[in-house]
Amino acid sequence: MSEKVLMKGNEAIAEAAIMAGSRHYFGYPITPQTEIAAYMAKRMPKIGGTFLQAESEIAAINMVYGVSSAGKRVMTSSSSPGISLKGEGISYLAGTDLPAVIVNAQRGGPGLGGIQPSQSDYFQATRGGGHGDYHILVLAPSSVQEMAELTIKAFDLADQYLMPAMVLADGTTGQMMEPVSFDFQIKEPPAKPWATTGTKCARPHNIANSLYLDPEKLERINNERFKRYEVIKANEALAEEYLTEDADIVVAGFGIAARIAKNAVQEARAQGIKAGLIRPITLWPFPEKPFAEAAKHAKRFISVELSMGQMIEDVKLATECKVPVSLCYRVGGMIPSPQQVYEAIVNAAKEVK
Amino acid sequence: MAVVFDRPKALIDVPFHYCPGCTHGIVHRLVAEAIDELGIEGRTVGIAPVGCSVMAYDYFACDMIEAAHGRAPAVATGVKRSDPDNLIVFTYQGDGDLASIGTAETVHAAARNENITVIFINNAIYGMTGGQMAPTSLPGQVTQTSPYGRDPKACGYPVKICEMLSELEGPEYLERVTVNSVANVRKAKKAIKKAFQNQIEGKGFSLIEVISSCPTNWGMTPKDALKWIDDHMIPYYPLGVYKDRTGGIDKFAKKEDK
Amino acid sequence: MTTKYLFAGFGGQGLLFSGKVLAYKGLIEDKNVSWLPSYGPEMRGGTASCGVTISDEPIGAPIVLEPDVLVAMNLPSLDKYEGKVTPGGYIFVDSSLIERKVQRDDVKVYYVPATKLASDNGSTTLANMVLVGKLLQVLGSYNEETVEKALGKCISARHADLLDLNRKMMEIGRDY
Repeated sequence: MSEKVLMKGNEAIAEAAIMAGSRHYFGYPITPQTEIAAYMAKRMPKIGGTFLQAESEIAAINMVYGVSSAGKRVMTSSSSPGISLKGEGISYLAGTDLPAVIVNAQRGGPGLGGIQPSQSDYFQATRGGGHGDYHILVLAPSSVQEMAELTIKAFDLADQYLMPAMVLADGTTGQMMEPVSFDFQIKEPPAKPWATTGTKCARPHNIANSLYLDPEKLERINNERFKRYEVIKANEALAEEYLTEDADIVVAGFGIAARIAKNAVQEARAQGIKAGLIRPITLWPFPEKPFAEAAKHAKRFISVELSMGQMIEDVKLATECKVPVSLCYRVGGMIPSPQQVYEAIVNAAKEVK
Repeated sequence: MAVVFDRPKALIDVPFHYCPGCTHGIVHRLVAEAIDELGIEGRTVGIAPVGCSVMAYDYFACDMIEAAHGRAPAVATGVKRSDPDNLIVFTYQGDGDLASIGTAETVHAAARNENITVIFINNAIYGMTGGQMAPTSLPGQVTQTSPYGRDPKACGYPVKICEMLSELEGPEYLERVTVNSVANVRKAKKAIKKAFQNQIEGKGFSLIEVISSCPTNWGMTPKDALKWIDDHMIPYYPLGVYKDRTGGIDKFAKKEDK
Repeated sequence: MTTKYLFAGFGGQGLLFSGKVLAYKGLIEDKNVSWLPSYGPEMRGGTASCGVTISDEPIGAPIVLEPDVLVAMNLPSLDKYEGKVTPGGYIFVDSSLIERKVQRDDVKVYYVPATKLASDNGSTTLANMVLVGKLLQVLGSYNEETVEKALGKCISARHADLLDLNRKMMEIGRDY
C-alpha cells in the first residue's frame, strides 16, 4: 500500500489507527473531527472491529477505559468541548496507568466557541487536562502524512509507557487533504499481563484501579509515575529544526502554525534575515534541547500560535528566559498568515540591530 | 464431616468494610454464588462503582475494574466488546452511581441491550459520603441534605429505574428484589443468577434492582431497617419482574402481537 | 513553482470535488499537493470554498488566502475574492450565474457560461467540471491521460457513467 493516496487528515488518523491494530473506536459526533467516526463506522464492521457511537464523550472515554483495561488497543476522538468532557476519563486512565489514544481536532474556545481551527487546548493537553498530577503524551502533526505517522507512534508510546497519548490536531489538519503513504512497519504491541481478561482461575485477579485510600501508597505511586515521566522526557522529545543553526530570530510553532511559519522563515531568509524554525512534534514531553541550543546564539524567539499564547510559556521555560520571546497569534478560528509571521520576524530583526 | 455452608469461591477471604447490618454483604455473596454455580469465575470481569461498594474489587476473586462515578455501564461496554464471546461482565452499582450521576450510561447501555449484567443496590441514600439524599430517597425522607424531609416541590420525586427502563425496547430482563428476609434473599438469588445466565446465553442487558438497607445512615438498628424496607421502600418500589423479553413479560412484544 | 487555486461558490456546486480532481491530477504528476475545504454550516447551502495548492516544493501553509487562480461560481464569491487574486493571476467566472464583469485589469479573466453549457449537454450539476476543463486548457496543463487518471481516483468504478459525464463536461470547458 505504498502508493500515495489523497486523504483528509481525519481519515488518515482513522486508517492509521486500524493499521496500528486498534479494533475498537468509541466517539460522539462533533465538528471538525466527525470524519474519524464516519470512517470507523464504515471500516470496523468489515474487519471484525467495534465502532460504537456513544451516548456522550464521557461514555466514550469510559468505554475506552474498559477496552484498555482488557488489554486491547483502542482510540477515541473529539474536538475541544468534547475533550473537556473526556477530561475525567483521561485522568482515570492516567491514574490507572492505562494506554489509550485520544485525538483532539481543536476548535476555537472557550465554551462552545466555534468550529474553525485553533490551538488553544495546548495547556489542557500538555498539563494533563483533568484532575491530579499526571501527564499524557502529546503529539502534534502538521501534515496529513504526520496525522497517520503520529497516530501509530501514539499507540506505540502509550503501550510502552502505559499512559494515554493524545494526537493534538486542529480543524485545518483534520479537514485538509494531502497525499499520504501508509507504508508503515507496525510493531507488535507488548504483552499486557496486567489486563483484566479473566483469571481463567489460573492467576490472582487483576484489578484496574486508580483508588488508593492510603496516602503513603498514593504518594509512592505518584512518585513512581513521575520517574517514568523523566525517562520519557529524556528519550521521547521530538522536534523538527529548520535553518536554526545560525539563526538570529527563531520562530517556534507546532502543527498548522509551523507550516505557516516556515513560509515566513523562507521569505525572511530571502530578504537576508537569519531566521529559523523549531517545530515541536511532541508537545509533552516538550523538546527543550533544541530551544536551549538555539538560545545560545539567537537574539529573539517568536512563538506562533492559534491561541492567546500558551506554548510561549514552554518556550520561555526551555530557554530559561535568556532571550526575549514574543507572541504572534490569531484566535477564535482565525489563522495567522505567512505575511503576519514575516512581519513579526522583520520587527524582531529590527529590534536586535 | 461434610461442609454444608462455606464462603463462595468467587469471594476472596478478606473482611468486608461494610457497616454492621448492611445488606451489601448479602448481595456480594449472592453474586459470588451465582458466579460459582455457573462456573464462570475465570472469565468474569466485575466493574465496581464509586460509593460504598467502591472496594468491591478487593472482594470478588474475578478480574475487577474500578470505574469513575456512574460510568460502570460504559466501562462494562468497553470490556464486553473487547471479547464478547468469552467474557462475562457485570457492574455493581449504588443508587447515586446508577440513577443520578450515571443515568445516561445506565439508560443507553439498556437501550443498546448491551450484553452485560447490572446489579443495582437501591438503599435510598448516599452511604459512602455520610447519608445525603439519593435520587431514590423517598418523599419526606430525612437525610443530611434533606434535613426537613425530601420535599418533592424543591427536589423532585424518586427515580424508579426498573419502571423507567421497562419503557425501553432494548433491555432483556429487569427485576426488583430485596434481601430483607430469607424468602426474599432466595428470590434475589434466583434473579441474580438468571441475570448472569441471560448474559451467558447472549440475551442482553439484565438489571437486578436490590432494595437494600442502610442502618447507619437511616439511623436505625439493622432489624428496624429491614422492617423499614417492608413498610416504606416496597410500597414505593414494588418488587417483581418489570421486563423479561424471552420470558414473555414485554410490553413491546404485546404491541407487536396485536 | 507554487500555484494556489481557490474554488468558491454555493455549497452543492461541487467545489470540493473539482478541487479534489485538480489535486489528484497534481499528485499523479508527482507534484506536492494540498486541498483544504471551508467547513461547517456553509457546506449545506451557503457560500463555500476550497483551496488547492500545487507545488514543486514541499507546501508550507495550505491555506489559500491569495489565490493565483480563482474559480467563482456565484456573485458573493466573486465580490469576496476578486481583490485577493495575485496580480497576473486568473479568474474564471461562471457567467451563467454572475452577471457583472471583473473590475480588475491586472488579472486574466475568462467568462464561461458553465451552468448553461452543462445543462445544455445533459447535466444540471457539473458546471464545476466545465470550469475545471477551461482552467486546465488556459493554464496549458490539460493532459488527457492524467485527467482520466484523476477522475478515476475521484469517482468510484461503480459509477462509470458519471466518469464519462465528468470527462465530457471537462472537454466542453476545454473546447469553449
